[in-house]
Amino acid sequence: MTAQHPSKAPIMTLALLALVVLLATSAWAGPEQDREALVRYYKTLFPSLSLQDYADGVYAIDPVARESWQAIEEFPPYELALEAGETLFHTPFKNGASYADCLPDKGIGIAARYPKWDETKGEVVTLAQVVNACRIRNGEPPLPYLKGELASLLAYLASISRGRPIEIEIPTADPRALAAYQQGKDYFYQRRGQLNFACASCHIQNAGKRIRSEILSPSLGHTSHWPAYRLKWGEMGTLHRRFIGCHEQIRADAPAPQSPEFRNLEYFLSYMSNGIAINGPSTRK
Amino acid sequence: MSSIKIRSKRKDGKTQIRTLIAHSMEHGRNRDPKTGRLIPAHFIQVLTVSFNDQIVITSHMAGSISKDPYFAFMLKGGEAGDKIKIAWVDNQGNTDSQEHVLK
Repeated sequence: MTAQHPSKAPIMTLALLALVVLLATSAWAGPEQDREALVRYYKTLFPSLSLQDYADGVYAIDPVARESWQAIEEFPPYELALEAGETLFHTPFKNGASYADCLPDKGIGIAARYPKWDETKGEVVTLAQVVNACRIRNGEPPLPYLKGELASLLAYLASISRGRPIEIEIPTADPRALAAYQQGKDYFYQRRGQLNFACASCHIQNAGKRIRSEILSPSLGHTSHWPAYRLKWGEMGTLHRRFIGCHEQIRADAPAPQSPEFRNLEYFLSYMSNGIAINGPSTRK
Repeated sequence: MSSIKIRSKRKDGKTQIRTLIAHSMEHGRNRDPKTGRLIPAHFIQVLTVSFNDQIVITSHMAGSISKDPYFAFMLKGGEAGDKIKIAWVDNQGNTDSQEHVLK
């Protein structure tokens, strides 16, 4: 366009500017807008559920499975691991220090605040990493991340956080935190694997529908109840063990437990579940 | 720490007794994935439930029972203060028992 109508130019510029501002604000929809949109989406999908109901996962929307699940939860199979975790937690290290010494608030109520953005490291830090960092600092070898003693310890830590609403923070002062969140979000929505599924394909688009005999759980509240005793495993496992299971089901190569991909995914998922009270450990199919 | 956990609930003149036992319950045909060797059989053979020192259930079990088994029994009667005792003996001669007082 040539400047045939100089008088119109300022109006055009103004209109263009307005458009740019409009686009920019919608493109900059932050984590909180994402979370609200997700909650709204599930509200239309399952109008009768309260936010806290999502902590029960698929048992919030499958009344038949819920009945057996509640019977199991009365005397849950994770009790043995929970007891083992409590003993481990209170057993001092060789140097006399204990987990309570190096965890914030002596470990009470902290499961609701992890994963957390670590400014000095410039990455997302999970509770499992904090537990292992504590061990290393006290001269103990780190524990494997999928099951066993670490799962028992996390079960105990979750149990002393029960009832605390998840409150994940994404510090606005550090753009890297927002980038980590965004990477987690992208990971959740990206398709992968031979079956070309994204996490969202099952847990957002098809939540509540059947995949063969199973009902797909909503992603809201997905992080509130870990670690879990899965009947399929016959033992306790951590959230990242479940992530790997999901990858196997869609025939995708899974990143390593506690890899940046998984930690950012956990960051995103936990942020989505903000406000839902911790109810872990739990039993799952 | 006992390997046996017991819980009870009295209702309509009956008592439900539930127990969770920590035991590996190896049936002897599993292989250690690292060495490829068979894991020796190690399972509970006899489980007994006593009600006020009188045995009311004797269960002979073998390796087909799951790891960390859970059992539930219904008992006729049962008053507050009655004693339940659950004990097991496994094929390697280990034993454990736990007492529980009805509320």
